[in-house]
Amino acid sequence: MSIKGKAYIAGIYEHPTRLAKDISLAQIHAQVAKGALEDAGLTKDDVDGYFCAGDAPGLGPMSMVEYMGLKPRHVDSTDTGGSSYVLHVGHAAEAIAAGKCKVALITLAGRPRAEGMATGTVPRSRGGTPTPDEPFEFPYGPTVVNMYAMCAMRHMYEFGTTAEQLAWIKVAASHHAQYNPHALLKDVVTVEEVVSSPVISDPLHRLDCCVITDGGGAIVVVAPEIAAKLKRPKVRLIGAGEFVKTQMGGKVDLTYSGARFSGAAAFAEAGVKPSDIKFAAIYDSFTITVLMQLEDLGFCEKGKGGAFVADGNLIAGTGKLPFNTDGGGLCSNHPGNRGGLTKVLEAVRQLRGEAHPKVQVKNCDLAVAHGTGGSLGLRHGSATVILERE
Amino acid sequence: MAEAKERKLAAPSVSQETEAYWDAAAKGKLLVKKCTACGQFHHYPRTICPFCFSDKTEWVEASGKGTIYSYSVMRRAPVPYAMAYVTLAEGPRMVTNIVDCDFDKLKCEQPVKVVFKPTDGGPPLPMFTPA
Repeated sequence: MSIKGKAYIAGIYEHPTRLAKDISLAQIHAQVAKGALEDAGLTKDDVDGYFCAGDAPGLGPMSMVEYMGLKPRHVDSTDTGGSSYVLHVGHAAEAIAAGKCKVALITLAGRPRAEGMATGTVPRSRGGTPTPDEPFEFPYGPTVVNMYAMCAMRHMYEFGTTAEQLAWIKVAASHHAQYNPHALLKDVVTVEEVVSSPVISDPLHRLDCCVITDGGGAIVVVAPEIAAKLKRPKVRLIGAGEFVKTQMGGKVDLTYSGARFSGAAAFAEAGVKPSDIKFAAIYDSFTITVLMQLEDLGFCEKGKGGAFVADGNLIAGTGKLPFNTDGGGLCSNHPGNRGGLTKVLEAVRQLRGEAHPKVQVKNCDLAVAHGTGGSLGLRHGSATVILERE
Repeated sequence: MAEAKERKLAAPSVSQETEAYWDAAAKGKLLVKKCTACGQFHHYPRTICPFCFSDKTEWVEASGKGTIYSYSVMRRAPVPYAMAYVTLAEGPRMVTNIVDCDFDKLKCEQPVKVVFKPTDGGPPLPMFTPA
C-alpha cells in the first residue's frame, strides 16, 4: 500500500514567539493546535488522531490529549528528535489510508531559551537507565555541535569542501530571513562574516549554527474527503520515507546521512525526481546538515555539495534550488531544538503561494521537506516527505 | 600547546555486559568484541553480534593502534578538548578523545595509539595520542 495521494495537509501554524518566558509548554502545544485547526477551518472535535514527540510533557501523548480535551482514536508519539514531525506526517497518512483516523493533529513546542538550556555545547546525559551507547560516548564529551562538526571535518577531508562553501548556506538563509518579521536573526550576513565568527567546534563557527528559540508549531493532516470540503489550497502528500542511521557497530561513515534512504524511499513513492522539485525545506541545525542532506536527497552528487550551495544557489529568485525561505533554523526559528516541523510549514506556505512575496517561488507545485533528528555524527532519525499542490 | 588545563572526566556506567571491557581498561588494556560466527569486530561491545546476530562473541585485546577518522576541537568548552572517531587497527571506529598533543596540528588519518585517562570515581577511559 502506498500513501500517495491518501492524505492532505490542511492546516498549519507557527507560533510567533521566539522567547516564551510567560507561556507554559502545554500552553504552547494547545496554542499551536488551535492555530493550525483554525487555519484548516476545522475544530478540536474534528480531531481523531493525535501525534506528538518527546517535547510534549508527560508520558507519550497522554497528558496533552487530556490537557487539550482531545478524543483521538489513533495516537503516535514516535520520537526521532527534530525529524519526528516530518515522520509524523508520513505516519498520519498511513493511519488515514488505513482508516484509523481522518483528522490528524501534530504538535511541537519547546522552551530551551526560557529554561536557560545549554543546547549545543554541553554533553546531554539522558538520566535514568543508561542507553547501551552511553558509557562509550558520554564521558568523552559529545555535544550537539562537535558531533556535527566531525561530519564537516571528514567531508572537508574527503571532498575538499570549504568553510566558505558552508557559509553560503547561512548567507542564503539570512537573505530569506530579512523578510520574515518573526525571524530571530533578520540581518543579511556575508560569507566573510560567517567564517570570521568565533569557532565553536572545528570547523563550525557560531554562524554555522542554528538559532536557539522557544515556540512551536502544528500541522493538520486530513483524509481526501475532508480536504475536499475545506476552503484552503490543497497540498497533497505523495511520498514519505524514514530511516535511522547509526554507527553500524563500528562501521560508521560520517560522509552521508539517513536522507540517502528516507529520501530515496519518498521520491520513489512519489514518482518524482530531485530535479522536479521547486522548493526544498531542509533541516538546518548547522550548515553542514544542509549540505549533506542535499547530497543525500540527490540534488547533487556526493561530495559536490560545496560547489552546489556556493554563490547563492539556494537563494530564492536567483538560485536554482530555493531553500528555507522563512530563514529556517539558521536564522528564524528552531523551536525546542527540533526543527523538522517548521520545514513542513514553509513547504506548505510555498505550495499554497503564501510565502513572503519576496521569496515566493513561482509556480511552486512540488516541494520536499526533510528532517534530521538526534545527532548526525552519533545516530539520527531521517524523515522525508514530498508534497504537491493540487 | 592548546591543551593546558586538566578536564574532569565523568565515570562511565558499567554493566554486567561490559564489565570485562572496563576491568581491562583499569589494567591498561583495550578490548574489542569479535564474533566467532562471522569473524567481524564490532564496537561498542555487545553480547550479540550487531552484524550476524550470533551470540558467539568474544573479547580480544586490541593492538591499541589506530588512525583518526575525524575530529573536532571543542573550542567553546571551559577546557577545550578534541572529540574524535578513531579507526582501530582491528577495524571498528570508536568515539574517543585525542589527548596530550597540539590540537592545532591534528589531521584526519593521522596515526594514534591508545592511552588511558582517569575518570571521576570510575574505570579509566581509553583515549588516543599521536603515535
